[in-house]
Amino acid sequence: MNNNDLLFDFKVDKVAKTVYITREFNAGLDLVWDAFSRPELLDQWGAPAPMRAKTKYMDFKVGGRRFYAMVSPDGQERWSVQEFTSITPKTNFKMYNTFADKDENRELPGSDWDYNFSEQDGITKVYIVIYNESFERLEKLLEGFKIGFTMTLKNLEELLVKLS
Amino acid sequence: MKQDIFQAIADPTRRAILTLLAVQALTPNVMAEKFDMSRQAVSKHIKVLQECDLVKPEHQGREIYYHFNAKKMQEFDHWLAQFRQNWQAQFNQLDKLLSTIKEEK
Repeated sequence: MNNNDLLFDFKVDKVAKTVYITREFNAGLDLVWDAFSRPELLDQWGAPAPMRAKTKYMDFKVGGRRFYAMVSPDGQERWSVQEFTSITPKTNFKMYNTFADKDENRELPGSDWDYNFSEQDGITKVYIVIYNESFERLEKLLEGFKIGFTMTLKNLEELLVKLS
Repeated sequence: MKQDIFQAIADPTRRAILTLLAVQALTPNVMAEKFDMSRQAVSKHIKVLQECDLVKPEHQGREIYYHFNAKKMQEFDHWLAQFRQNWQAQFNQLDKLLSTIKEEK
């Protein structure tokens, strides 16, 4: 199966403040579940390049937390705390996500995330529901990405200057 | 922005006001008539919409006409499109990671 044939669906219900994301992956359930729940794997894909994700610690159990940062190319860190509220292995997990400072002080309110996993013929479907992500929080989230992206462009400009 | 745009459009009356203003600019008095609401109640809604830049006032003589600011709505949609792109970028990275792990096994 070509990766381009994999389903990606992104819906926003502005009134209910809910984002719905569906994505298929060309891998078995066990592997995809691990990619979403193990820090050493999460950190390899969990931030859009050139940002990168850096997990300080992760305790994947009900009541446990993941404390992690999105790091921009110039080293700026945006910390968040994910608190796991429910885990049904290889089927579903739920968490409450909030921004935080570097000392793990949370900035309430946050948003509720609900991840669902199912496999058919070696293709794993992940269905994510994000509730109560306010426009401000979205903006904050994207600000970080923008900083990262702007930095990359600047680096590229400098490189081009050097090369010319 | 003082107001969360989600909050602003979560209210059915405010959505109805926006729909009405998308067609033509109106004064608060005319809106109050159309919705059978007090002038005060309309002003409250308008204030919320104005604070998140979804409507813009225009003075014509002694009257104030409110316009729908389509550009703001577009900006908002643009933000969401970026959010979507971020996810797509991350998922593409995950595709690569999954295929690397599968090859190693």
